[in-house]
Amino acid sequence: MAFLDYLINGISLGSIYAVIALGYTLVYGIAKMLNFAHGDIIMVGGYAVFTAMVTWGWSTWVAMLFAVVVCTLLGITIEKVAYKPLRKASSLSVLITAIGVSYFLQNLALLIFDEKPKVFTSVVNIPKINLFDGKVVIKGETTAAILVSVVIVVGLSLFINHTQKGRAMLAVSEDKDAAQLMGINVNSTISLTFAIGSGLAAVAGMLLCSSYPTLTNTTGAMPGIKAFVAAVFGGIGSIPGAMIGGILIGVIEILGRAYISPQLADAMVFAVLILVLMIKPTGILGKKINEKV
Amino acid sequence: MALLEIKDLCVYYGVIQALKGISFEVNEGEVIALIGANGAGKTTTLHTLTGILPAKSGSIQFNGVELTKTPAHKIVRMGIAHVPEGRRIFQNLTVLDNLKLGAFTRKDKDGIAADLSKIYERFPRLEERKTQIAGTLSGGEQQMLAMGRALMSKPRIIVMDEPSMGLSPIFVSEIFDIIESIRKDGMTVLLVEQNAKKALAIADRAYVLETGKITLSGKASDLLNDEKVRKAYLGE
Repeated sequence: MAFLDYLINGISLGSIYAVIALGYTLVYGIAKMLNFAHGDIIMVGGYAVFTAMVTWGWSTWVAMLFAVVVCTLLGITIEKVAYKPLRKASSLSVLITAIGVSYFLQNLALLIFDEKPKVFTSVVNIPKINLFDGKVVIKGETTAAILVSVVIVVGLSLFINHTQKGRAMLAVSEDKDAAQLMGINVNSTISLTFAIGSGLAAVAGMLLCSSYPTLTNTTGAMPGIKAFVAAVFGGIGSIPGAMIGGILIGVIEILGRAYISPQLADAMVFAVLILVLMIKPTGILGKKINEKV
Repeated sequence: MALLEIKDLCVYYGVIQALKGISFEVNEGEVIALIGANGAGKTTTLHTLTGILPAKSGSIQFNGVELTKTPAHKIVRMGIAHVPEGRRIFQNLTVLDNLKLGAFTRKDKDGIAADLSKIYERFPRLEERKTQIAGTLSGGEQQMLAMGRALMSKPRIIVMDEPSMGLSPIFVSEIFDIIESIRKDGMTVLLVEQNAKKALAIADRAYVLETGKITLSGKASDLLNDEKVRKAYLGE
């Protein structure tokens, strides 16, 4: 039964990675940049919920909504201030800027909330499920993480394939100039992408802190990077790929921690990245790259 | 007043001046050809017109409205559709999705549906392949898709950049037949072509562009018989 326990935990952690990876993949797919500050928006989401619930005494739902709003606005602002001026710059400049934004957010959080870890109260209020006469217990946080990620993947796919704004995102992701010629506002489409990605990061932050309730200014960094691995694993730019990659990375991490070595679990996740880049650089569901002639 | 009036337009790529003060006009219902060698500034002219490139100085007036300060995505709404060089269709989307994106700026559902069936009538091959991924179409079919996509925006003028480039002779003739039929419907066309012979045969008037300047202009039939044009562009 221990294996089943680990597997469920892995899927739960993986679902959280999937929600983070979706943000990476969306922004990469549409703005063609790796937003390495994405993980830190998770941390901001965690602090936003914590402040609203613990410091201000708001109810859970209002606090969660507040966190999503804060992160969405933060995402739009970061894009406007840090990335938009670099729209025509080399991708290396953008990457370095993203790392800069990441450090900025981490240190800003350190300044505001100091270095003492905060104990996060779970926002999940779902009863646990007992299986096999209580030999396997599925925690409410686990159920929530899995349900939320499935709803987000389905919702996002519907949004992108069946709405006008979603179509605009697809067009921009393929060819910015041609999209403009269709009358699509590329800047506002990219802005919307950052808004959605950052809102998802807020959700991921709440799920993550509910399962792993220690909140510091670097809480989002490692999960952010692992979710990046997940996005590459699944095929960066692909929404179902982010989901599959996220869950696989979560399962690999938890099973590795349980059966191989707790110290090597993280290393194994990054070994996956190296293997993927060697064997199938486009990931599991990655599109083949159409060279423009 | 002309539908499209371009005056003293100067455009730079970094420090290189691509257009050195060109002026021309397009009247409603005309087919105008812009011919010239590689690097003469033909594509630059179209890109500036539809807002992809910024103008350094000069003016572009469309229907009395200045376009040089208007962002690209708003220019489409005003009634200029651009069939870009190399077609630039959305390779990973279906034919139908591409056509629907052409109508992105429109809200009139009935009008869009009517125009879609008109386009299928004009390009039966696109209807046969409407659920196919656009990247799998042949070059000529992709060109038809790019034209159909532009027509879906219900433009007042359609600008086409090298529509016959890279196509087999059969498709080249077909593409020019399509331009002819578009013009018969009363559409205004600004056509950039390296195939000067075909372009001049179809156009009302034409302008010859050489290294960023207009060096000749006039009735297309006159240019077709012009000694210099025959030597330089018609290979005679």
